Amino acid sequence: MTSPALPARAPARRFQNLYLRTWQALWVLPLPAWLLFFFAVPLGLLVAISFWSVVNYRLTPDATLSAWRYVLGLDFLWASFWRSYGLSLASAVAISLLAFPASYAMAFVAAPRQRLVLLGLAIAPFFTSYLVRIYSWQVFLAEGGVISSIIQAFGGKGESLLNTYFALFLGHATLALPVVLILQTIALANVDRTGISAAANLGARPGAILFRVILPAARPGLALGLLFAFLLSYAEFVSAAYLGGGAFQTLPILVTDLVRAGQQWPRAAVVSLLMIASLLATALATVLWAYREKG
Amino acid sequence: MPPHQKHSLPKAFWIAGLAVVFLLLYAPIVSAVLFSFSADRFPSLEISGFSTQWYAQVLTDRAILEALWNSLTVAGLTALIASALGFAAAYADYRFRFFGQKAVLALALLPPTVPLVILGLAMLAFFSRIGIAGTLMAVVAAHVVIAAPFAMAVCRLRLAQLDTELEIAAQNLGAEPHSALIRIVLPHTLPAILAAVLITFAVSFDEYVIAWFTGGLNQTIPVAVLTTLQGQVDPTIHVIGTLSFSMTLTLVLIALAVVLNQSGGRMSKEET
Repeated sequence: MTSPALPARAPARRFQNLYLRTWQALWVLPLPAWLLFFFAVPLGLLVAISFWSVVNYRLTPDATLSAWRYVLGLDFLWASFWRSYGLSLASAVAISLLAFPASYAMAFVAAPRQRLVLLGLAIAPFFTSYLVRIYSWQVFLAEGGVISSIIQAFGGKGESLLNTYFALFLGHATLALPVVLILQTIALANVDRTGISAAANLGARPGAILFRVILPAARPGLALGLLFAFLLSYAEFVSAAYLGGGAFQTLPILVTDLVRAGQQWPRAAVVSLLMIASLLATALATVLWAYREKG
Repeated sequence: MPPHQKHSLPKAFWIAGLAVVFLLLYAPIVSAVLFSFSADRFPSLEISGFSTQWYAQVLTDRAILEALWNSLTVAGLTALIASALGFAAAYADYRFRFFGQKAVLALALLPPTVPLVILGLAMLAFFSRIGIAGTLMAVVAAHVVIAAPFAMAVCRLRLAQLDTELEIAAQNLGAEPHSALIRIVLPHTLPAILAAVLITFAVSFDEYVIAWFTGGLNQTIPVAVLTTLQGQVDPTIHVIGTLSFSMTLTLVLIALAVVLNQSGGRMSKEET
């Protein structure tokens, strides 16, 4: 505690200390207290529920592994798990690659003022009516929708693009692009410019500068962008449901189905915990890779 | 990058990159606005005429107005509580050294990384045990959890620009802790607090998974949209979208202007 040293006599000082401690607690405690009660306790309860049982459609406290055994033994759960994981990973890589040229432009080409405006415009959609934007994509992609009309005008067949991986990817990109753009731009803007100039003066070609100087220096931030794109895509269930049209049964859809259709709380809890475990493992691996010493 | 130097990425490449990214981000928004004024029920490129009939339909729909009122209540309360908690945590982290500081920070940044479906599930289980499931207050309690980290981050960034010594000096000269806070810290952080209120409002106003799980019969606007998505083509979604876009985009752009302006767009030391 960095309480200022106060020249005072002992009783006055003790009172002063108590006052400062209370004052400090007033600022330190509220947020952790709220998060413990409304975040940590509910998640803890979810862990407990995974060991409970369902008797006559009622959730009953218990200490059984039956939900774990049941879920881990399901073939379609593992199929769904790998599908979710693979699709989100593919989306994360594609979104990162897609965002990179734009982030590069914002970091290296735009003047500080321009960068401000561009970044603001890139982040703003993150906070605006995601569902309506997904509905818009539905309108774009459906048969007779905007994209298929354009394709037909050029003599194509113009089939519906819904229920394809492309549609799902658009949904993921709509969600994650703003976050990836800001993380990449910050990472690139912080790359040491003298290193780039030095490489150029020594006659390095632009491509070599990009791959040997800029990318290694920006690696932690770029990896963080990739991780967040993965996190967001992995957790997302609206585009899988409405753009993927049920062709892609992912884990979040499985969780909602288990609860809403069958009251299978313990099983839903097990699937949720699997998701969290795989997320943590992925995050850990990414962070270790991002900060690995150059070898 | 010095102006004489060649860019590592060809110009055509990054111009195309910017164009594609902004097209992806804004095409759905622009299309929702355009189709909200279309006279047709089914959105297609052959728009037969201009009409405000869907607006009339939305603004006279009792269910939607009720959802709007629910959304405003939830988002307003969430914004106030989350910003207050976020500021307190940011100030504590900036001003004091205390036991478990790193752990508190980690706990505060955790909620945005947990999938909303899982949070919604856990919170529904918890809220039904303590008997508040299906109320708007349950939604507020949950939204504060996911919104407060944003508020904390915004306030902490602003506080980082304030010299810690200033407040300690004031206290050493005999100022009470609260008067240093009121006279020095609060005025300095005010823009960030305002930004935090706007951003947390937007986060709550747009959140649908937790609101859907824990709100019960009390629908908010995005939950109403979600329910409509499951049904037929409905042009009123474009209207609701246009109204929400104009509101949240305004809030967020004001907030971003406040936050980003502090840095003047500079992100690395070399540019300062």
